[in-house]
Amino acid sequence: METSTVFRAVDIAKVYRMGEVNVHALRGVSLQLFEHEFVVLLGASGSGKSTLLNILGGLDRPTSGSVFYLDHELTASDDTRLTRYRRENVGFVFQFYNLIPSLTARENVELITEIAKAPMHPLEALDLVHLKERANHFPAQLSGGEQQRVAIARAIAKKPKVLLCDEPTGALDVQTGIVVLEAIARINRELGTTTAVITHNAAIAKMADRVISLSDGKISHIEENHTKVAATELEW
Amino acid sequence: MRKLDRKLIRDLGQMKGQALAIISVIAAGVATYVMSMCSYASLEWSKDYFYREFRFADIFTSARRAPDSLIPRIERISGVATVESRLVYDVLLDIPNMEEPATARLISVPEDGHNRLNKLYISRGRMLEPLRTGEVVISEVFAEAHGFVPGDTLRAIINGKSQQLSIVGIALSPEYVIQVQPGSIVPDEKRFGVFWMNEVDLEAALDMTGAFNSLSLKFAYDKNPDEIIEQLDALLKPFGSVGAYDRTQQLSHQYLSDELKQLRGMAVMAPAIFLSVAAFLLNMVVSRIISQQREQIAALKAFGYTNYEVGLHYLNMVLVISLTGTLLGTLLGFWMAANITELYQKFYRFPMLEFRIDRLAIVSVFLITTTAAILGTWFAVRRAIHLPPAEAMRPEPPPSFRPTLLERLLPANSLSPELRMVIRNISRRPIKSSLSVLGLAMAVSVMILGSFTLDAVNYMMDFQFRKAQRQDLTVTFFEPATAAVIYELSRLPGVLESETMRSVATRMHFQNRSRRVGIVGLEPAPQLFRLLDRQEQAVSVPEFGIMLNSKLAELLAAQPGDLLTVEVLEAKRPTLTIEVTAIVEEYTGVNAYMDKRRLHELLKESQVASGAFLKVDANQLQTVFKELESRPGVGSVAIKDAVIQSFEATVAENILVMRTFIVMFAAVIAIGVVYNGARISLSERSRDLATMRVIGFSRSEVSTVLLGEIAIFTLLAIPLGWGIGYALSAYMVSGLETENYRIPLVISRNTLGMAALVVMIATFFSGFIVQRRISHLDLIGVLKTRD
Repeated sequence: METSTVFRAVDIAKVYRMGEVNVHALRGVSLQLFEHEFVVLLGASGSGKSTLLNILGGLDRPTSGSVFYLDHELTASDDTRLTRYRRENVGFVFQFYNLIPSLTARENVELITEIAKAPMHPLEALDLVHLKERANHFPAQLSGGEQQRVAIARAIAKKPKVLLCDEPTGALDVQTGIVVLEAIARINRELGTTTAVITHNAAIAKMADRVISLSDGKISHIEENHTKVAATELEW
Repeated sequence: MRKLDRKLIRDLGQMKGQALAIISVIAAGVATYVMSMCSYASLEWSKDYFYREFRFADIFTSARRAPDSLIPRIERISGVATVESRLVYDVLLDIPNMEEPATARLISVPEDGHNRLNKLYISRGRMLEPLRTGEVVISEVFAEAHGFVPGDTLRAIINGKSQQLSIVGIALSPEYVIQVQPGSIVPDEKRFGVFWMNEVDLEAALDMTGAFNSLSLKFAYDKNPDEIIEQLDALLKPFGSVGAYDRTQQLSHQYLSDELKQLRGMAVMAPAIFLSVAAFLLNMVVSRIISQQREQIAALKAFGYTNYEVGLHYLNMVLVISLTGTLLGTLLGFWMAANITELYQKFYRFPMLEFRIDRLAIVSVFLITTTAAILGTWFAVRRAIHLPPAEAMRPEPPPSFRPTLLERLLPANSLSPELRMVIRNISRRPIKSSLSVLGLAMAVSVMILGSFTLDAVNYMMDFQFRKAQRQDLTVTFFEPATAAVIYELSRLPGVLESETMRSVATRMHFQNRSRRVGIVGLEPAPQLFRLLDRQEQAVSVPEFGIMLNSKLAELLAAQPGDLLTVEVLEAKRPTLTIEVTAIVEEYTGVNAYMDKRRLHELLKESQVASGAFLKVDANQLQTVFKELESRPGVGSVAIKDAVIQSFEATVAENILVMRTFIVMFAAVIAIGVVYNGARISLSERSRDLATMRVIGFSRSEVSTVLLGEIAIFTLLAIPLGWGIGYALSAYMVSGLETENYRIPLVISRNTLGMAALVVMIATFFSGFIVQRRISHLDLIGVLKTRD
């Protein structure tokens, strides 16, 4: 399969202030992500992986270095263009789901389909994560795993080119986590969405095409995975 | 509906208590504004209509007896369009079933039965028939007070002769929209009536054929009234004119203008107070919502919602609240205005007092509230707009705390951990804390503002009518009475004490200011009609010089030691130079006082009197009334108790209605501030509080942390609120001040106590609601996930 580069990051660094301390989250990271691939960014807490994902997703800007999405230089884009980039191309899944508690599952998805260019039907998106029946439930009426699947449905409903998942199973137990990962893997497989999942859980790496390990704000190594396993076969 | 709007509606549903509190505060401010502006518009419109259609005169004057031949000369004064001369006499009425005498002002109507100025609106019956004798048209309030209808008859003592008058009509006049007897401060519809009679009738009865004693005129175009007044006075001077005046000194017009001015004042003050409180509350609530929804905002932005869309979402929340409040307030304002307008009907009589909606005011109040709401929340909304999504994804860093000054001053560990949390929380956000205190203080001050008027009016009544004036009756004579008449009066059975006075019309000049004012000559050490200073101490009448009351001193800008030029407008009309020797405190009217003997000397006259103050044995009051009625020289009898009663029935009722509204609104502010503050503290700290509960703190200890803050705020707010209330009341007093009466700045302890109490009750009530929520803290849930 001929693959083209979706993301190209060149020597990016990020320093931010948190409360009263400076945090060096990234210290010179260069990488590429390719079309259709399923990448796991592996690293311990504080390794800078969330920062990297936020920068790829256009939520944040590096302090130095440059990032390209296809032929757009994200690091040269202003706020408006970054917003449009996110609106049109990126689907996010967060560790704590970040659903709008006052909206039902379906409405949470519709919140996104309303502003997307060529979205899928909200129920179709929920069906992809097997939650069509729970469409009219509020987040508080759903289990953690179900909430995360709603979040996935919400992220993919706009048919994004890339799906960025930040510790999607971090708040879930093993069984539920597996169901969620299965949903993500299926999206990647069926829709061909370039998918990046960040986790500190090495077990999840087995389902990726490629595993990029980060520690202390740097890439420690990159490994191609030739024996991809299905999410159901993961154990941790 | 867009999903973001649906979120908005559900979020509002979640915070309905808080939203409702803010809506109420906005509604209260808007209602007061709309009420004032619509009442203003209604009153102003009705006034203008009545004045225009019934040709209310521009200039008024009177004389003792001026020949009709003077009228063509007056008509030739440049700028004069219409002149109408007439006869005006105050006479005593003998009304069956009424002990005390009533005064009627008789006004002549031209022979053809048509007034050219100050036309009558006949509300019942008919106008006078030309040349028919013994007919009267009487004023509506007087007719209503006595139940008179056309066809009834009554007796008046005209020029010493009792004469039967038959009522043919009931009328309203632009000259007597509110009917106040000169020298009184409140309308007394029972004891003072205006009667219109055929000119020929009155001329005959008063022996005034071919002459007039009152004149009014209308301008041809807008003209400086002073020039006309000057020429008019010059023409009428030989005929005993006491000086012409324009509408600004016409009693009914003065009362109406004062009322309008007060409505305007209220329209400025109410929105200023209420909307600033509302803006603060909105800021508090919206800031909280935005920090609570930090991660939702981040998610929205991550999915490509623009900063503008997110900002607009929160702005819409603000707008829904402010527009709902404005809408409700507008409706409430209409209702209040309709009520007030109805209340006005009792005092102010127009052919139609139509409830008018001031459209411009409605539009402006929508603009004002919207602006206030947006300004109040702009910083919070801007934070939502500028919140970088990546940062919002990370949990909020713990807020920075420092040991407070208080803790550093006190010995270590002398404060319990709960108390330390309370103090650090307050001092960590000094602006928010001081605004909370200020908000509560506003509630206290609005309470004071609403209540003090009654204190002040009570004080004023007590000062004026109990401490200063101790007579029961004030009798005035048509013509200055001789010593013999006075002696006779003092010997009437039932009269316990008597004092005489001499009053004379003058025009006073000081520097470039001048003023038409009566000088009252008093006995040197009066016991009945006393003058007091600000400390309520009796002031004896100085042998030389003149005493001004505080309002007159202010109008002339004169101080003790200044020399006034006094142009006497009666008798030989001397022009005198008199020194101001003292200023006395009086809450009603514009008056000047002198030693009576000195006044006689200056006027080069004998010991005559214009009137007398009588103290009467209550059991013999009726005999005294009968005697007074039978005396042709007696022009009017003012009964002090009746004045007090009618004052209480009119002004007090008016104030009471306002007061009820204001007290309710103050409670709304107090509850709004406390409840919102408590709810927000609870939501900000539910995690901390739940953590405290988990690690073993009791419910009451946890409550201390939350409610302690509110209690401290309330305690700080009360004295501050008293101060603000005092300042606002002072401002209001200056706005309410008129020439007819001034409201002293008197705030009783009860009012201060009541204001504090209402706010404390509101605090307690809100605390109770929040306290119940503490009992329901989700101890496990709250620790498990981030909110």
